[in-house]
Parts: sequence; structure tokens; C-alpha cells
Amino acid sequence: MSEQPILEVKNLSKSFGKFKVLSNVSLKIEKGQLCALIGPNGAGKTTFYNVVTGRYRPDRGSVLFEGRDISGVQTHRLTSMGLLRSFQITNIFPALTVLENILAPLVVYHAKGYSFLRAIKKQPALADEAKHILGRVGLENKWDQVASTLAYGDRRLIEIALVLACRPKLVLLDEPTAGMNPEETDRMIKLIKELAGRSETTFFVVEHDMKVVFSVAEKIFVLNQGELLAEGTPEEIRSNQKVKVAYLGGYLDAKG
Amino acid sequence: MDSVVANILNGLSWGMLLFLISVGLTVVFGVMGILNFAHGSLFMLGSYFALQFVRWVGSFWIGLLLGPVIVAFLAILIERFLIRPIYSRDTSLQLLLTFGVMLILDDGVRLIWGSAYHVVNPPQILSGTIAIFSGTYPVYRVFLVIAGPLVGVALWAFFTMTRWGKTLRAAAMDRRMAEIIGVRAPLLFTLVFAFGAWIAALGGVLAAPHQSVGPAMGEHIIIESFIVVVIGGMGSFPGAFVGALILGLMNAFGATMLPDLQMAMPYILLAIILLARPRGILGEEL
Amino acid sequence: MRSYKNLFLWFFLLAALASVPFLLPVYWIMILTEILVMSMFAMSFNLLFGYTGLLSFGQAGFFGTGGYLAVLTLLHGSTSIWVALVAGVLGSGLIALIIGWLCVRRDEIYFAILTLGFGMMLFTIAHNWRSVTGGSDGLGNFSVPEVDFLGVVLTLADPKIFYFFVLIIVLLGTWLLSRIVNSPFGLLLKAARENSNRIAFIGANVRSLRLFAFVIAGALAGASGVLFAMFNRIASPEMLHWSFSGKVILMTLLGGSGVFFGPAVGAAIFFVLEHIITSFTTNWMIFLGIILVLLVLLFPSGVLGSLLETWGRIRKGHKL
Repeated sequence: MSEQPILEVKNLSKSFGKFKVLSNVSLKIEKGQLCALIGPNGAGKTTFYNVVTGRYRPDRGSVLFEGRDISGVQTHRLTSMGLLRSFQITNIFPALTVLENILAPLVVYHAKGYSFLRAIKKQPALADEAKHILGRVGLENKWDQVASTLAYGDRRLIEIALVLACRPKLVLLDEPTAGMNPEETDRMIKLIKELAGRSETTFFVVEHDMKVVFSVAEKIFVLNQGELLAEGTPEEIRSNQKVKVAYLGGYLDAKG
Repeated sequence: MDSVVANILNGLSWGMLLFLISVGLTVVFGVMGILNFAHGSLFMLGSYFALQFVRWVGSFWIGLLLGPVIVAFLAILIERFLIRPIYSRDTSLQLLLTFGVMLILDDGVRLIWGSAYHVVNPPQILSGTIAIFSGTYPVYRVFLVIAGPLVGVALWAFFTMTRWGKTLRAAAMDRRMAEIIGVRAPLLFTLVFAFGAWIAALGGVLAAPHQSVGPAMGEHIIIESFIVVVIGGMGSFPGAFVGALILGLMNAFGATMLPDLQMAMPYILLAIILLARPRGILGEEL
Repeated sequence: MRSYKNLFLWFFLLAALASVPFLLPVYWIMILTEILVMSMFAMSFNLLFGYTGLLSFGQAGFFGTGGYLAVLTLLHGSTSIWVALVAGVLGSGLIALIIGWLCVRRDEIYFAILTLGFGMMLFTIAHNWRSVTGGSDGLGNFSVPEVDFLGVVLTLADPKIFYFFVLIIVLLGTWLLSRIVNSPFGLLLKAARENSNRIAFIGANVRSLRLFAFVIAGALAGASGVLFAMFNRIASPEMLHWSFSGKVILMTLLGGSGVFFGPAVGAAIFFVLEHIITSFTTNWMIFLGIILVLLVLLFPSGVLGSLLETWGRIRKGHKL
């Protein structure tokens, strides 16, 4: 028997009024496999993302995380179970320092959220751990700066570090390179590959930027008009006729 | 029977005054996102102007005509120089700024008119009592019960029939939408604030012969109108009407039937509504 | 290096506070006592406002609850100040737990109005339940308790002794608050203030964080209320009125909500200003209003906050 998939989506459907946004979407993500979900605007990516992370309830179908149905589970419980998400818009703690941003999830992870008598400064192990996590995203030298004063690309990295500090098993990244310049995008791609390569965390990227998806993912799911159109390795997707017609045609032809 | 009629009359007349002050409060909140602590003080200023015009020219009607206009003008100054600089700031700071304005207005009134309570007599035609069923009631109270809905209907017509009114309502529902359809925000905000102040002061003038005029009346009524606005749904015009009626009637019946609980009832109602239906009875559920 | 400087500052402050009764006339000792009591109240309020980002307009409700419970204890239960203090703190903490459990479900303006409403419910109880609370006259006529200190019996009726009693309680409260804001829990409160939506995504429950802070703030407000009622020899309904909450909010802003000692400095400035202004006019509220408006418009970080910011800028300037 093969290992249980870390995330399994079964027959997911969701409508807003008469408008069917997702219909009968099923997919499986194996542990350690770097997957991506692509699709043109309006394909239902964002809705899919919000259903999986518990923001919307599906009309039909279920989402299993490590074999457990997670519909209706509160967000903070999902987080402690190890299912994390990142945000498209930068969503950090602006007036706190970079270090404090990372300390906050660490405190929760170590179940010290309600410890209120011992100063955090007198617990150097926490700060060391936070700095270690900042090192993984390359922000170790900026730990004492106020988060809101950092450049956009760096603030996106804080976002990633915040997620990592929760010791996630599965991370859903929502357009991790949105709004970045080419240089920052390259840095982010490299970082995602690196993180996925050597940690126990599984990453799932939801993205519309082709370049990012094809340079990052081991397996790609294509969503079109609310339905799963195809799934496979980047090569398979590239050569898939249906995908070409429905969505990728122009882009891939231009690339040759 | 008589006590029921009396309670209804009392409740409705108080409800009408509450409605006049709450309309402005709810529209200002809907359009500008600001909960104005000083709104009750604008109502109070209306009452004091009624008093002053009666003293000067001996006419209640001139006070009714001019008092609200003067208050609206004052409101324009407040909006322009105090509130406008902090639109982009934290809601708590906005609340505190208007709290400061309230302190200034309330104590300013004390400075000018003294801290004693004053009585304003109703105009000649509206004084005396009237017999309804077997009881007698002050004519002025009956007048309020009739005048309130009239003002309400006029406002309703303004909000649903005129272009300005429709724009206002749209803006109160969705500020960003209003900007998209090309409403000039700064001017709109000033006018909305002045409009709210004008109606509140109108209520204040009408209230003057109904109750005694004193420096604490603004502080008193603002909390009740907060409650009206919250239970009706913040930013909702019909909500303010319904909320004001509920609170007015509850006060009147509570005072005779449950005198010990009467003071606490509005707060209990507020807590229940806010917890069960945070957008209010007629507000849009998110 | 820095901690030595801090230690020195603390020592200096303590020495100054402890020597006051020997240097100042009784009148000023009493004003200082009141400042200390209100400092603790304002700092406990600031745990909610400055650190957690919740504007409560109902803190006076817990303040007054503490006062009434202490007086009731002294009248009907025990003559010990410690029992009265514990009753006040536990009682107001419990009420804060119940009210807070409901209030933390709402944000911003809704939270402000909800706390205002519940605070006024408590006010109504104090005002209307005449047989227990004495109604609008308040509840007094208790015998001022004595404290047994190392075998020496001291009466709190003596302003100097009462000053020291208040000083010790307030220092304890301040110590607890300073521990809290520097703790992991305090960090999460600040994080919740900065971005309450994100808290769930780091695995914490924002409601229970807020509730915990609300209960601590309520219990400390209750403790301040006990001291206040002892100081005035009466617990009165005004202690619970929302305008009293407004006063504490004002003190906090005056000193600066972003600095730990801001509210304490604000309380001191408030009383000194009140003292000066009421000596030539009865219209002190109008000045208060003007001060509040100017603060919000020009110095939103308060007196102490602005001073520290300027000092920081000067020091940076020197380094460069």
C-alpha cells in the first residue's frame, strides 16, 4: 500500500448563486511532491484555494488533509495541524520588528502563547530559532528592522518565514511572486525550490505566471472553467493537446 | 386604556426625536465611516438656539427656521478643520476626536447659558391639552407624533426621489462605489456632515418645549442614539426609524411597567442585537 | 549597560515616590495618591487599547464593580482590607470574563459600543439596586480598615499610611503589567493589534487572546476601583459611568498609548492640569476637550510618546 496522500480533494463543487465556479474537481498531492495549480483568470483557482484552506464551504465534495476531513475546522486549528497558507497581498505584522514577526508563530508553536510572566528576551532559544528561520529565507541580517520599513520583496519573504515558523506539513502558496520584479521573482523561485528540496514540508503553488510554474513544479494541475482539465509533469502538460487549445496555445507556440 | 395611550404617545414622541438625531448619525457613519460622539451635542445646540430665539424675538418658529441652519454651519467648520485631517487614521482616534468635540460643545453651552435647566414654552397654537378617549394630553406631544412622521416622509422622499438623496444613500451603502460613480468625496462628506447636523438640530429645536433644556442633554441622547443606530443597522435610513420607534416605546412602557429595569433595557437590547445580528435589524448581513 | 541604566532609573523613581510623604503637605500627598490609583487604572486600560488595539468604553464598569464589592465586603463580610481587595479583584475579573466572552466577538467600533453598553448595564445596577448599592447616593459609612504590618497595626485613615499602601499595590500591578507586555503573550497581543486576521494563520485564537487580556485589564481596573473607593470612603455610581471610562481614555492618550508609562504620565498631567485650571474656572471640561482634540490632531503619540520620539531623533542625529 502506498503512503497516504497529504492532501486529497474529492469531487469538489462550489457555486456562487447560479454561477458554477468549481465542478467536480478531484486531485491528490503526495507528500514531498512540489505541485502547482494553474489556470487562466476566472478558472476558479482562488475559489479552489479558499475552499481548501477552509474559508469557503464546498457545496459538494470533501477535502482530506492527511486522510482527515477538514471541512468546518477552524483556521487556527488547521494551522496547528500543519496546513498553512500564504497570502497574495502582504499580510504580516507591520509595526513589529522582523524578529518579532517570526517570534509570534514560534511562541504559539511552542505553546507559550499564554505564558505571561517570563520576558521573551530572557528566552534566547526562541530568538535563536527565529533567526535560524530568517536565515532560511535570507533575512537574517534584517532581524532588528521594523517590518513595514522593508522593501516589497523582503516583506514577501517575511510572509514565507512566518509560514515556515509554524512548522507546516503542507503549505499552499497563493501567487507567491505576484507584484514582484524579475529579480525578486527569480529569488523567490530559487527559494521555493530550495525549501521544497530539503525540508519535510510539501509545497503547493497556485499561480497564473507560467514561467514560475514550469520552473518550479514537479507536477502540474490545470484548471479551466471550474474543471480539472489535465494533470501531469511539466513536459506532459506542455504537450497536452487539450491544454494547448484551451489555455496555453499562444504562450507555448510563441516560445517554440 | 388611558395609560396605554399615554405610553404610546410618550413613546412615539420620544421615538420621533430619537429618529431625527439618529438619521444624521447613521448617514454620517455610513458615508464617512465616522461615529460622531458630538452628534448629540449638535442636537442640544438646536434646543439652546430655540431657547435663545424665543428670548430674542419671542418666536419659536424663527428658532425652528434659523437654529438648525446655524448649527449646520458650525458643523461645516467642525468637519472642515477637525475631522477632515483624520479621515485616513484609526477609527479609535476618530471616535476620540469627536469625543473631544463633544466635551467642548457641552461645556461651551454651560459657559454661555449656565448650567441651570431652562424651560421653553411651546408656541401659542401648540400649547394646552387635548382630549383623546377619556384622557387629556399636551397638544405639543401630539404635534411631535404627527410632525415626526412628516419629517420622516420628507426625508424618505428626499432619499428615494431626488438625485442628491439617491447619491447619498448609495454612498452610505458603499463608499468606494460612490467614488467610482464620480461623487466628489470631500464635498460630499462636508455636505453629509452638515445635513446630519441640520436634522439633529431640527430635532433639538422640536425637543425644547418637550423637555427641559440643559447642558447634559447631548451626553444623554448620544448614547441612546448610538443604540438606535446599532440596532437599526449602521448606515441604514429605515433602520434608524425602526430603531428609534422601538427604543422610544420601550422607554415609555418600561418606565411604567418595569421601572427598575427601564434604564438597563436599552443596553440589554443593544447587547442582544450586536451579538446576534451585528449588522442590525435592517442592516445588510455580510 | 542598558539594564544598569534601567535599574538606576527604577531606583530613582522608587526613592522619589517613597520620600514624597515626608516632603509634601498632606494635600499633595492625597493628590499623588489619586494619581497613583488612576495610573494603575489607565495602564490596565492601555493593555487593551495600546497593546491589543481594543478601545473599550466600559472599563469604568469594572473599576466601579471593584469599588462596590470592596465596600460591600467591609460592610457585611470582613473588616480586613485584604479580603476586600481580593473580593474586588476577583469579582471584577469574573464580570470581565463574562462580559469579555461576549465582547471579543466584535471589532473596532462595535467593540467600543458593546463595552459601553455593558459598562452602562453595570452602572444601572449600581444606580437602581438601592437596597444593596444605596442607589445614587453611593455606598459609604464603612469603618476604614487597619493593616497589620509586621505586628504593628496601622490605620489606613492616615493619608501617609494610605499613600504607602496604595504605592505598594500600584507597584505590584505595574510590575505585573510590565511582565505581561514583555512576555510571549504580550507579543501575541501586539501582533493581534497589528493584524488580527493573521493571528489565526499562526495557529492562535484571537478571541481567547483578547479575552485573556480583557480579564486581566478588568481585574486590575477592579483593584484600582477598590483603592479609589477606600480613598474617597465611598463607592458611587459615577465610578461606573461611561464618562469615567472616557476620562481614563483621555489620560492614556495624554501620556501616550504607545509607551508603557504613558498612561501614568497622562494621569499625572491630567490631575495637575485639572488642579491648575479649576483654580480659575469651573469650565474645565472645555479645556479637556480642546486638549483632546489637539492631541489627536497634532500629537497622537501623547506627551511622553512625543518626548521619547524627539529624544530618539536627537540621539540618532548625534550618532550620525
